[in-house]
Amino acid sequence: MTDVLVCVKRVPDASGEVVLTPDGSRVDGRYAGYTMSAHEECAVEIGVKVAEATGGAVTVLTLGDEDSVEQLRAALSVGAAEAVRVDADADAYGPADVAREIAAVVTTRAGAGKDYDLVLLGNDAADTGDFQVGIRLAYALDRPVVTGVQRLEVSEGTATMQVDNPEGTEIYEVALPAVATVLEGGVSPRYPSITGKIKAKKAPLETVEPSAAPAGSGRQALRVPPPPPTQVEILGEGPAAAPRLVEVLTQLGAGR
Amino acid sequence: MSAVVVLIEIEHDGDASRVSLVSREALTFARGLGDPVYALVLGPTSPGVVEDCREQGVAAIFECPDEELSAYSGAAWAVALGAVVDAAGDVAAVVAGGTAHGNEVLAHLAARRDLPMAANVVGLVGSEPFEVERQVVGGSAIERTLLAGGTPVVSVAGHAVDPEPAPTPGGAAVLPFSAPIEEKDLRARVVRSQTRDGGDTSGLTSARIIVGAGRGAGGPDGFESVDALAARLGGAVGVSRVVTSLGWRPHHEQVGQTGSRVSPDVYIACGISGSIQHWAGMSSSKTIIAVNTDAEAPMVTKANYAVVGDMHEVLPAVLEQLGPR
Repeated sequence: MTDVLVCVKRVPDASGEVVLTPDGSRVDGRYAGYTMSAHEECAVEIGVKVAEATGGAVTVLTLGDEDSVEQLRAALSVGAAEAVRVDADADAYGPADVAREIAAVVTTRAGAGKDYDLVLLGNDAADTGDFQVGIRLAYALDRPVVTGVQRLEVSEGTATMQVDNPEGTEIYEVALPAVATVLEGGVSPRYPSITGKIKAKKAPLETVEPSAAPAGSGRQALRVPPPPPTQVEILGEGPAAAPRLVEVLTQLGAGR
Repeated sequence: MSAVVVLIEIEHDGDASRVSLVSREALTFARGLGDPVYALVLGPTSPGVVEDCREQGVAAIFECPDEELSAYSGAAWAVALGAVVDAAGDVAAVVAGGTAHGNEVLAHLAARRDLPMAANVVGLVGSEPFEVERQVVGGSAIERTLLAGGTPVVSVAGHAVDPEPAPTPGGAAVLPFSAPIEEKDLRARVVRSQTRDGGDTSGLTSARIIVGAGRGAGGPDGFESVDALAARLGGAVGVSRVVTSLGWRPHHEQVGQTGSRVSPDVYIACGISGSIQHWAGMSSSKTIIAVNTDAEAPMVTKANYAVVGDMHEVLPAVLEQLGPR
């Protein structure tokens, strides 16, 4: 039985145009809406699969304000059994702060008899892209960590993890308890069922206070780079444009 | 002036190995942070690697032949990197390219030593205090951030810096050393790996020409001319998120907020509408050529050149026009 803790973050949906708040301190998601990082959706899916295969359960955790309950419910609707929210302003927490808060939840729960043999996070948050929370967490818990995991299976206390990158495929076999950060691409997150949505509304949701004051992320300001001024030159229509396209490629040094 | 320690990755060019493009960019960035520059090579050192390091002004290359590093482990490499940092004395910053392994090893070092880290840095704002600009929101926004409370650890975003040779070549002396790697550091270690067919390890992020394909490919069988054009031009294939989500192509080929960020000389976007998700990953390409049936698609209007037409008709005609290599 493997109980899994999956850590998710409420982030502004960046699939549309990125808009900043007037003071330039954060991304304004008021118009685009909010979502869970794509990597974390895959982490939830992997966590649920591992729990199903081993007879364990998934707890989903976030650090955020009351609005982030929306992302916890989303995870609950696709198979997580319970949720925990560390009540805090996520923007005030740097990666080291977030790692410490996750570790505090894991330790507290272990003290209460609930051990998470596997803790899953996204490879990097869709908004802050820090690439370090999972690794800092692993050191805080003194556990091994694998990053960029796309497939993961647990058998007899060992997690086999697959990492695909442009160079090839790497396989890790890690004894639990362990931490893994998930990259999208290996699994397809399931859609919530009707019963899943009903369960999500009733699922237990615990709110806890942060364990310490945050040191902060060091963020001073944000800016959105202006789009490069381009004026498209239409080379033609259909296959008839091929000679002109090859001419351009040759000029660019690419057609030889 | 304080030293800078750089973790460098290698890429294979035929039988020879060289310092990867992203690592040469990181070395160029590192020269602006301190002097001398010390390098730790993630993998075996070769004459080509030494030559590239010399050109980049590297004073010394630390080489760790320990058996423990023969199979990759982020923690073990962080121990080796830490040993180089200790040997370097007063260190202004620890730097690597913003790759999967680069970010991972740096994060291990930062976690082990409680150091501040910034990923995907694009520029230095000031060194006292240490302030940088970095990519956030998958490349859609830039954050100015302050790194305080210890030696700054930074990964450099791919193609944020042009790799320039140093004004004076470095000594690039190769110094073997042994790292104090413990059993515990090998708990998460690659047990099996498979290099992709073709042995092209330079991959998407180093490619100077990328042929991109999106939903317009139509299905998993719709990439024949895309692959052929990339091969003919000596480039790589990149795809949009919808293509990997539908399982038409593997995720490692994805360009965009949740994939790779690329900056080739030429990006040929075939059947890609140009969503923000994809645009954030390739907008810094030097020249963008769009092939799309929709003349109003964002990719077409933002491109430098465009052909309005079906990629399945246009690309074969282009291949024919190009002829064999």
